[in-house]
Amino acid sequence: MWLASSSGLGRDVPVFALVDCNNFYASCEKLFNPLLKHRPVVVLSNNDGCVVARSAEVKALGIPMGVPWFKIQDEAKRHSIVAFSSNYALYADMSNRVVEVLNLFSPNIEVYSIDESFLELSGFERMGYQAYGAEIRQRVADWLGMAVCVGIGPSKTLAKLANHAAKKNLAGAEGVCDLTAMSPAALDALFSRIEVGEVWGVGRKIDERLQAMGIRTVQQLRDADAELIRSKFSVVVERTVRELRGVSCLELQEVVPEKQQIMSSRSFGRLVYDVKELEEAVASYVAKAAEKLRKQDSLAGAIQVYIRTNVFKPEAPQYQRAVTVPLPEATSDTRVLTRWVLRVLRRIYRPGFGYHKAGITLTNIVPATNQQFSLFTSGGAVDARSQKLMGVLDGINGKYGRGTLRLAAEGVEKVWQMRRGNLSPRYTTEWDSLAVVQAR
Amino acid sequence: MPELAVSTGGGVFVPLIGAPRLELPLGAVKVSAGFPSPAADYEDRRLDINEYLVRNPVSTFFFAVEGDSMEGAEIFDGDILVVDRSVRPRHGHIVVAFVDGQRLVKRLFRRAGRVALVAENPNYPTLDIQEGQELEVWGVVVGKFKRFGA
Repeated sequence: MWLASSSGLGRDVPVFALVDCNNFYASCEKLFNPLLKHRPVVVLSNNDGCVVARSAEVKALGIPMGVPWFKIQDEAKRHSIVAFSSNYALYADMSNRVVEVLNLFSPNIEVYSIDESFLELSGFERMGYQAYGAEIRQRVADWLGMAVCVGIGPSKTLAKLANHAAKKNLAGAEGVCDLTAMSPAALDALFSRIEVGEVWGVGRKIDERLQAMGIRTVQQLRDADAELIRSKFSVVVERTVRELRGVSCLELQEVVPEKQQIMSSRSFGRLVYDVKELEEAVASYVAKAAEKLRKQDSLAGAIQVYIRTNVFKPEAPQYQRAVTVPLPEATSDTRVLTRWVLRVLRRIYRPGFGYHKAGITLTNIVPATNQQFSLFTSGGAVDARSQKLMGVLDGINGKYGRGTLRLAAEGVEKVWQMRRGNLSPRYTTEWDSLAVVQAR
Repeated sequence: MPELAVSTGGGVFVPLIGAPRLELPLGAVKVSAGFPSPAADYEDRRLDINEYLVRNPVSTFFFAVEGDSMEGAEIFDGDILVVDRSVRPRHGHIVVAFVDGQRLVKRLFRRAGRVALVAENPNYPTLDIQEGQELEVWGVVVGKFKRFGA
């Protein structure tokens, strides 16, 4: 039944590549700053909390992912580690550029995350996938100065595994690993050296249970009894087994599914006590979320608002509340949404607490074409006017930067905004932030 | 004909990002039963400065200039440079280069085993890259622009 069980990987099957940017955030920071060339660089999460990206130098120091920044102050000083706040504008632009370059190599691409994309390579085998992968890698390095690793295999799970092998130099050459070119014996040798926990879809829980069953390596999982795996785990894990055998079960998801809910929330840079400041914060979240909503041509039928104090400070008085209200009719009008959100916020706000986080969620999302007018509203005319106004709003903000034109409810100073103490310039998205070259 | 695709070496052609687009003014001419407009055959699209300066948007980055060492190449303090990483740097190109922790704009000299960064102003010395010294040619300067404060 298996097309390519433990023998080599069959022909005439689809071929996928997973292209993954190495240390993406840290690499973006290094790209524009010559002082960082060989320096250890970390990027921190919102409010400069935890390490979310590490340059190769930092990895070599053994500093783990996710560690709170304040906990590694001594090491940071000793090794002169440079820390940056997350510069999302820069990372998003570089990510989009990488995807644009990858699009030159395959018309079928799934942007899996900000630094990973799957490409369908079937049909490009004439020059050999290894060579094609090397070319992708070279092109991204030349054009964008970013290092990527390319993993190639007949299923997405194998492409991801190949990428791991490429990154760790376990097989292939110089950041490219093509499993489709490897002999059954070479595949066995490789898979027996990789721990089962590295397999895409095998999380910590499943990993532990597999270990308990004596399945420790990728090879062992691939050769395990698929029926048994299905009965002990799920069809999802069984599918992983089949994918490891070179049977492609997961297709490329080229179209980003429309979001069923749009969330916008942030922790504040400091505690917020005043309802006015909370109002400004949530109003700005609404503006952002509504813009996304309109971009996907949808309307929201309900809103949720939530606020909470700092749960990590149990000694301080605690309060949290989340309330969802259905709207009389679905809308994407920032003004209408803001009005409702503020009404809910004022209802759930309690004075005397230090609020740490607030958020809003737009739910019950429907395509704009499905809109049903309620009996009590005027429908058509008002709606056309609202659409026009929102179009102007999005147009101006798209051109001059988010927040150029906004409702007064969002406030002007945004003192509640998150702490980003070590933010690098938005080198590629703002005229005033261009990197300076010295003519000296 | 402009080149619209590049060969990746193995006979595989892929579309070139930023390849010149052929845009036809669609529906720009009204059909009427009377005399045709004398301007009808001259219908054209407007000039786009992006298209002029930026051949390959995906690999193009902007940098701001500080200093006067490149005035001989008409690069002045406050200019914005158009840097295209898809252009392979060659001897004689003006480049953005990273040397010793600095971001520089210079003319690249690469002849007879000598690599140097040359200023275009007699007041500035030529920077010879020594053995073991690290030079990263970041990208090739393909243009510049400036907006006056008017």
